[in-house]
Amino acid sequence: MQNQATMQPPALAAPANGKPAGVAAAVTTTLDPKLIAPFVSSIRAVFSTMVGVETTVQRPYLKNDETHSFAVSSIIGFSGQVVGSVTLSFQEETAKKLVAKFAGAELGIHDPDFADAVGELANMVAGAAKKDLGGTASITVPSVVIGSGHNIARLRDVPCVVVPCTSPLGDFTVEVSIKRV
Amino acid sequence: MKILLVDDSKTMRNIQKKTLERLGTVEFVEAGDGLEALTAIAAHPGIDLMLVDWNMPNMDGHTLVCRVREKDKTTPIIMCTTEAEKTRVIDALKAGVNNYIVKPFTPDAMSDKVQQTLAKAKGAVAAAA
Repeated sequence: MQNQATMQPPALAAPANGKPAGVAAAVTTTLDPKLIAPFVSSIRAVFSTMVGVETTVQRPYLKNDETHSFAVSSIIGFSGQVVGSVTLSFQEETAKKLVAKFAGAELGIHDPDFADAVGELANMVAGAAKKDLGGTASITVPSVVIGSGHNIARLRDVPCVVVPCTSPLGDFTVEVSIKRV
Repeated sequence: MKILLVDDSKTMRNIQKKTLERLGTVEFVEAGDGLEALTAIAAHPGIDLMLVDWNMPNMDGHTLVCRVREKDKTTPIIMCTTEAEKTRVIDALKAGVNNYIVKPFTPDAMSDKVQQTLAKAKGAVAAAA
């Protein structure tokens, strides 16, 4: 991403639901893009260093609906001067491939070690970003949800930004829903 | 050498083990949180090094380090965590850790930190003798 290369906060794309740009512009006035850039960096660092997979981060966009079409999600909560949550979400096959690479073993999605691995990926993405968010914050231990058809409930007054990611092992998303208090 | 790995993620402990096995013959003791670690320390005397995560359920790593240092001032402890803010590093050093490694880490970075920490601890023991 050009913005990432110049270390500027990433520009947000218009929402994928086709709403006019004017709507996206109104919403972005309440969202600080500087909260997103640290996650763009941490995603690339974590997947490259710990999983050995180069990840390309696509243009983030505001999420305007609550649908969630993934089979595996790992959620980290934030508290303190930054509140909200960050969710890594994958389709089943992508999750299995990334976990196999990370953990060094093929694991079924119902194996407890599978959830552990997914949780640790989210922990590192959130943790590595935290230091660049400004202010002091704490992160929770991860929660992992497995099974398609799940939705993620978030703080109602906090915008959710979807950071789409592509890798040789499949696509996934990181949903960042945090604000400074 | 006996190393205590304290991290609530089994995946992370396995990665640490794989990396540290390159140091030679190592016996690993594992704990999923600070409370388990205190039990493990009592059950396994002669631990040469502790690798401690920060964010864990039941008892976090910082609290564990404080508790360990109440009685043991010498066993080397490395904090291995996602917590990278300067204030956190300072807090950990004040609590008594000897070194600090931030996740994500490369195997070489982990290995170097461990060897550096052990060498320094060995030098301190030699100087005290």
